[in-house]
Amino acid sequence: MNSIVYPTKTQHAVMGLRASLALLFVCGVVYTGTVTQLGGALFPVQAKGSVIHRDNVAMGSEFIAQPFVNPAYFYSRPSAVGYDPMATGGSNLAPSNPALRERVMATSQEIQARESVQAADIPVDLLATSGAGLDPHISPAAAKLQVARVAQARQLAEPQVLTLVAQFIEPPQWGIFGQERVNVLKLNLALDQIAKHAQ
Amino acid sequence: MFEITLIFTTALGLAWLLGSYMTGIFSGQSHFSDRLFNPIEKWVYRAIGVNANSGMTWKSYGAAFLISNLVLGILAFLILKFQHLLPLNPDGIGPLSWDLALHTAVSFLTNTNQQHYSGQAQLSYLSQGFLIVTLQFVTPAMALAVCVAILRGMLGGLNNDSAKEGEARNLGNYYVDLVRGVLRLMLPLAAIVALLLTWQGVPSSFDGAQKVNTLDSASPITEQIVPIGPVASMVAIKQLGTNGGGWYGPNSSNPLENPTPVSNAIETIALVLIPMAVVFMAGGMLRRKKFTLMALVAMGLLSVSFLGATVYSELQPNAAFAGLSAQGPNMEGKEVRFGPELSALWASFTTQTSNGSVNAMHDSFNPIGGLMTRSGMLLNAIWGGIGCGFVNFIVYVWIAVFLSGLMIGRTPEIFGRKLETREITLLGSLLVLPTLCVLGLTAITVAIPSITGNSNPGFHGISQVFYEYTSAFANNGSGFEGLGDNTPWWNISCVIALLLGRYLPLFLPLAIAGMMSSKRVSPDSNASLKLESPTFCFTLIAVILIINFLSFLPAAVLGPIGEALQLATMSLEK
Repeated sequence: MNSIVYPTKTQHAVMGLRASLALLFVCGVVYTGTVTQLGGALFPVQAKGSVIHRDNVAMGSEFIAQPFVNPAYFYSRPSAVGYDPMATGGSNLAPSNPALRERVMATSQEIQARESVQAADIPVDLLATSGAGLDPHISPAAAKLQVARVAQARQLAEPQVLTLVAQFIEPPQWGIFGQERVNVLKLNLALDQIAKHAQ
Repeated sequence: MFEITLIFTTALGLAWLLGSYMTGIFSGQSHFSDRLFNPIEKWVYRAIGVNANSGMTWKSYGAAFLISNLVLGILAFLILKFQHLLPLNPDGIGPLSWDLALHTAVSFLTNTNQQHYSGQAQLSYLSQGFLIVTLQFVTPAMALAVCVAILRGMLGGLNNDSAKEGEARNLGNYYVDLVRGVLRLMLPLAAIVALLLTWQGVPSSFDGAQKVNTLDSASPITEQIVPIGPVASMVAIKQLGTNGGGWYGPNSSNPLENPTPVSNAIETIALVLIPMAVVFMAGGMLRRKKFTLMALVAMGLLSVSFLGATVYSELQPNAAFAGLSAQGPNMEGKEVRFGPELSALWASFTTQTSNGSVNAMHDSFNPIGGLMTRSGMLLNAIWGGIGCGFVNFIVYVWIAVFLSGLMIGRTPEIFGRKLETREITLLGSLLVLPTLCVLGLTAITVAIPSITGNSNPGFHGISQVFYEYTSAFANNGSGFEGLGDNTPWWNISCVIALLLGRYLPLFLPLAIAGMMSSKRVSPDSNASLKLESPTFCFTLIAVILIINFLSFLPAAVLGPIGEALQLATMSLEK
């Protein structure tokens, strides 16, 4: 058993080619096909991008941030790519880059004016663009910062909006993993729901 | 902190289990997995045309490795260059330019996954789901095969008991090791991880992109195109195979590629699992459990200290935010669901293991964080890429054995076999290689500003170039992504770094192990060097650090260290 063989270079090339083709079939066709179909069958919603529907209309993906400009909505984090999922990306600006300082200053002033707060009140995540430009979450502090403005625009009592925000603070997953966070799209959909009931 | 510890220890625990499984499948003895896999493998061996019971010398093994890579590389180049003529291209994506196709083919062939193209926009479903996924399975298995052959060679090969001094040694059969690595190790793990990720929200479908409306009708865009595809299957092997090339441009920071903290924990564990398991496997294959313990201590100490420095760095505020926000960590380029600590953990693991996937943008890290990630890549032996990481570690062990031998005045030997002039010459060339390649190419590129394509000025601009070549040479693939790197110069110079950084550090150690395997074995005595001792472990860590400090400290001063000092002065002035 296990005798040593000495293949020629041509034999190696032929075996290499046959091995490449065989493994292309096993990994590229069998694996990708089976796993993708199985995942789609077991988790149909997640497999297609976790789209949220309202009245049978696709209103976005749970995991993709949307731009909000109407003061009656909570705003997402700033995006380096204009919230375009096809262009997804970060700013890639280094801390030493003057362009980053300029951008943060502009955003900070905008938020100070919009929310009537001091610079020192603004949570970092509201000024920083995320890695993919599509972060669906903001920190609980960033949500609370916006409560007064949203309540005023919707003519709701601040405590009512604050209670709603509190309901939408997701704790670390399974109590262990990740940070406390608020999904902006889900929170805004719930706000619209309140408005509907009020009518 | 608790979560980091939990992920780290879970990964180590799983790696311990997986390591003994891997020892089993590569030992050549019968194994419980035979009943399931033998019938499948019989078909694959027939398709390849290999006799599974034959073995190879180190020269045949090396030739098989190099030639199979050449063939697979040519295939990959052709598919990428002519993807517009091939099926499964619903979005009508055009061909890649020849230099981009060459860079992409070599980048994935070398288990690097450095991407100069932009994710979903420039590759067809066939190129991504069929070609790249296959390369992501096959290339780590190829390096693992070479690593396994080197470990066999260190003990004199499979025929050590019967062979005489100077007789050809059987290091195993390359194709058998390759097929076993793919079928028994990578495929089952990837399938499990892919399904777990889909459960958490990673898309898994052959349908086209989903069109959705936006909620705020006043916003500048009224609809979004949400790209999906067979994402989960690719992300799973991207993480497990120290590959790193993701489906979406910004990799696992994209919420569809890494939707929840639980998916992040799974992907982080998958990132280090096999590289850690190789360390356990090595102890099993060398029949020296204490060698594994020594390696774990050396790697663990370095890994944890780099990790600690990165976490500390990212918990500090970003200098550009001074006076404009509440106190907080550096969140530029990071996701809220992960926060700074999990981003730093991922960044540490991904650069230590030569994976290169990211869940936050390294370009926007604070300078010390950026320095730590680069250090992890330059060492490329703390866990390291699958197979090649542990081979690099063995190279450091050989060098430490040589130096220790000089210090105690004995002929350096490892497991009873002498390290002599021929081996030391090859080791020497392996030491010079990274400096020559990474710093040489960085110097040329920085000297000609019109070809650098920087997006950041000053020290950070040098850092971007240095990072790119480091990442290419270390076969890592992460980048300071602001760099405009899809140009003929960047593509071709990176191809050089990729090839040198992959094939020499795998082939030369195979040659060394092969040459040593047929040497006479001197019996263990009281005077021989104890590889498992704390003294040797300390020597080894010192050797790793000193070699790399000497090589790269000046370049680091011009890059991240200069930037850190600059930021410190700026904040003093404010």
